[in-house]
Amino acid sequence: MFDFSIVTSFVDNLLRQTLGLGDFWTILIECVLVGLGILVGYALLAIVLIFMERKVCAYFQCRIGPMRVGPWGIFQVFADVLKMLIKEIFAIDKADLLLYYVAPFLVIIASVGTFSFLPWNKGMSVLDFNVGIFMITAISSIGVVGIFMAGWGSNNKYSVVSAMRGAVQMISYEMSLGLCLICAVILTGTMQMSGIVDAQTGPWKWLIFQSPTAIIAFLVFLVSGNAEANRGPFDLAEAESELTAGYHTEYSGMGFGFYYLAEYLNLFVISGLASAVFLGGWAPVNIGLDAFDHVMNLIPGIFWFLGKSFLVVWILMWVRWTFPRLRIDQILKLEWKYLMPLMLLVLILTTAWVALV
Amino acid sequence: MKLNNIELNFDNFAGEMVKLKSEKHFDYLVTIIGEDFGEEGLGCIYILENTQSHERCSTKVIAKQVGEDYVIPSVLKIWNAADLLEREVFDFLGIKFLGHPDMRRLFMRNDFAGYPLRKDFNMSPEANRFPTTDEPETDFTTEWNLDKHGNLVATRHRLFDEDDFVVNFGPNHPSMHGVLRLQAVLDGETVKHIYPHLGYIHRGMEKMMESMTYPQTLAMTDRLNYLCAMMHRHALVGVIEDGMGIELSERIQYIRTIMDELQRIDNHLLYLGTAAQDMGALTAFLYCMRDREHVLNVMEETTGGRLIQNYYRIGGLQDDIDPNFVENTKTLCKYLRPMIQEYMDVFGDNVITHNRFEGVGPMGLEDSINYALTGPAGRAAGWHNDVRKNHPYACYGQVNFKEITLDGADAMARYMVHINELYQSLDIIEQLIDNIPEGEFYIKQKPIIKVPEGQWYFSVEGGAGEFGVYLDSRGDKSPYRLKMRPMGLTLTGAFDRMLRGQKVADLVTAGATIDFVIPDLDR
Repeated sequence: MFDFSIVTSFVDNLLRQTLGLGDFWTILIECVLVGLGILVGYALLAIVLIFMERKVCAYFQCRIGPMRVGPWGIFQVFADVLKMLIKEIFAIDKADLLLYYVAPFLVIIASVGTFSFLPWNKGMSVLDFNVGIFMITAISSIGVVGIFMAGWGSNNKYSVVSAMRGAVQMISYEMSLGLCLICAVILTGTMQMSGIVDAQTGPWKWLIFQSPTAIIAFLVFLVSGNAEANRGPFDLAEAESELTAGYHTEYSGMGFGFYYLAEYLNLFVISGLASAVFLGGWAPVNIGLDAFDHVMNLIPGIFWFLGKSFLVVWILMWVRWTFPRLRIDQILKLEWKYLMPLMLLVLILTTAWVALV
Repeated sequence: MKLNNIELNFDNFAGEMVKLKSEKHFDYLVTIIGEDFGEEGLGCIYILENTQSHERCSTKVIAKQVGEDYVIPSVLKIWNAADLLEREVFDFLGIKFLGHPDMRRLFMRNDFAGYPLRKDFNMSPEANRFPTTDEPETDFTTEWNLDKHGNLVATRHRLFDEDDFVVNFGPNHPSMHGVLRLQAVLDGETVKHIYPHLGYIHRGMEKMMESMTYPQTLAMTDRLNYLCAMMHRHALVGVIEDGMGIELSERIQYIRTIMDELQRIDNHLLYLGTAAQDMGALTAFLYCMRDREHVLNVMEETTGGRLIQNYYRIGGLQDDIDPNFVENTKTLCKYLRPMIQEYMDVFGDNVITHNRFEGVGPMGLEDSINYALTGPAGRAAGWHNDVRKNHPYACYGQVNFKEITLDGADAMARYMVHINELYQSLDIIEQLIDNIPEGEFYIKQKPIIKVPEGQWYFSVEGGAGEFGVYLDSRGDKSPYRLKMRPMGLTLTGAFDRMLRGQKVADLVTAGATIDFVIPDLDR
């Protein structure tokens, strides 16, 4: 199997030994390179996801989607991005300007932060340490603060209602999201992302095949992840038919662009986490037949990871374009009366499973 | 229906109206028509219906003059539907309704001077400059009463408390289906009050019609609820033909019935779509729009229009049906029947839809009648209010169809009434389409159309309720007073009652399922 650490150690050696740079410069240059990589990957994925969403939703709705800009409309999103970049960013009267301007950055920080935890390939993950799972849940909560600040700082009544909804919903669903991840931690015995994926390599070793409780945890993870990413049927915070655009009503240009980016990348982060934690991440399909497994192992892990993630993304898009929106009390009821108790039960069962099997 | 008004005077009016409701069971207030009767003075005509026998009657009362003001006792306590209807009369004619707690203008701006439907209103452009200032808004309403000396006294009521969180839904809002503005007082996510503000697309049609010849007035009706253009036109030509005593040929009646039903399908399809869209289910919306296109294509071949149909005229139709019309309509009916199940599959039967719709905006039978919630909204509460059954016009007396009534009285029931009515409309069309008799499509009229003296009221079943037109003719070539009963006005008036204590999201649900189109209620 292709191990990306060959590349990273080559670069490291190049800087340290061939160029003879000290610790400081080596790490600085490496950080800049990795940061660039992350941001470029982030932007490219956003463009792919937005295009995918437009096409997928079009086909669900008996339409063909964007077709004019470029062949099959593939440059439509580039045009949109360009438009968004050159739009004026203006401040509104009586807004709390500090909160108003800081909020989009918090949202994007949370999004990029969790994005950096994704294990792309063997030896290719940016942030990878022993309490990775905790760190992911911690960083993702920053986004709530951003949403709440945007809603409050905009001086718009729709935004305030939307911010309350967003905060209440995201804080609630973080409960079951965290519990799902803890189930995975119990099954794999590690909190490190690479460790979790490593534990899933080999024939029939993906987490959802390891234990029936993991299947439940995976499904709940998809539901609460969808809610965490504020996407339909949980898009109450935006709820365009009630609150026009919710907390980002008053943003223009890239201010709005950041929310838009973060929304799609959160979708990818949730799908990526789901595939990394429950579907084996970059681990290829292995069924125990040597010839078959060998062929599968030849395919680089990054393709497996992206393939699985986009499959989950597609499922979430399917859900979004099928279901109507829930109401706030129904959303909270779903979480606090059904999902959370269910996950507590699953947590106990998983512990028992690990102890007994 | 030619009106034979029961003449009442200021002193016995209140008592007689109570008696009409309690003793003769006239519990449905169809509409209130404010009119400047000329020498008689200002006054109102009330059209009432007995919901058991479907008998209609009308009463007329002349307003009493108190100094500069004209007053009539309010009937708000007898029929809740009178709330917006009386405000409309006050707005246009300046008649103050005694005891009505909310005597603000309804359509015109608060600072508008004069009362446009009075015959002495100064219409010159200089006197009616376009205002360039913001509309002044007040937190107070006024209630007028007579004290024991016969003087008008004003009582002020507060609309909002100091710490109320007031959110405007509209005039420009994605789910208001036009430019309606609902001022909602919220307590967190819970709705405490809703005050509707109308008039953002008020074009003064009734006033314009007073200076138009009868054929000219026809052009107005298509611009009301543009999804019910045919039915609106039907009511207007119906009342004029009634007045002139024109006998229509069978062919005209058949085609009008088919066209009305096609239009109803068009309206209901859009309704099903927008209801889904307001719930965030955009996919279901596009399914409905896709099929609505087929309906529009069928109508377009004959009428040439898709939104503005312009098809009926006084004495018949604009032109004969297209040679392919029968064939196309039959294909359409065959195509649509299985599609209705598809809307249920993609949206109506969804568990989230049920959760969002059930128990939302409850309005029982008694309230529905009291608030004059006509059309599918009333039928969802079990009120048999279908004008096609109760006062048959065109071919509706001859065809077999069921009047859909349910007893859920909530948003889900309203949605289901629409679904079931689609099947009924298809039934009606299929019964008629093969048997369109030969004959004239237009009964030739005199070059100048004049309606003899008298007052008529003619109503049809529109897509969202009863649409009626009242015509007062003085034998001239243009109407003396023409008043339309819009479908949406009473629906909007019921919002406050329907949504108090419910969630903000339910406001959108109720609006989506009650089916109003704003140009219709603003006129």
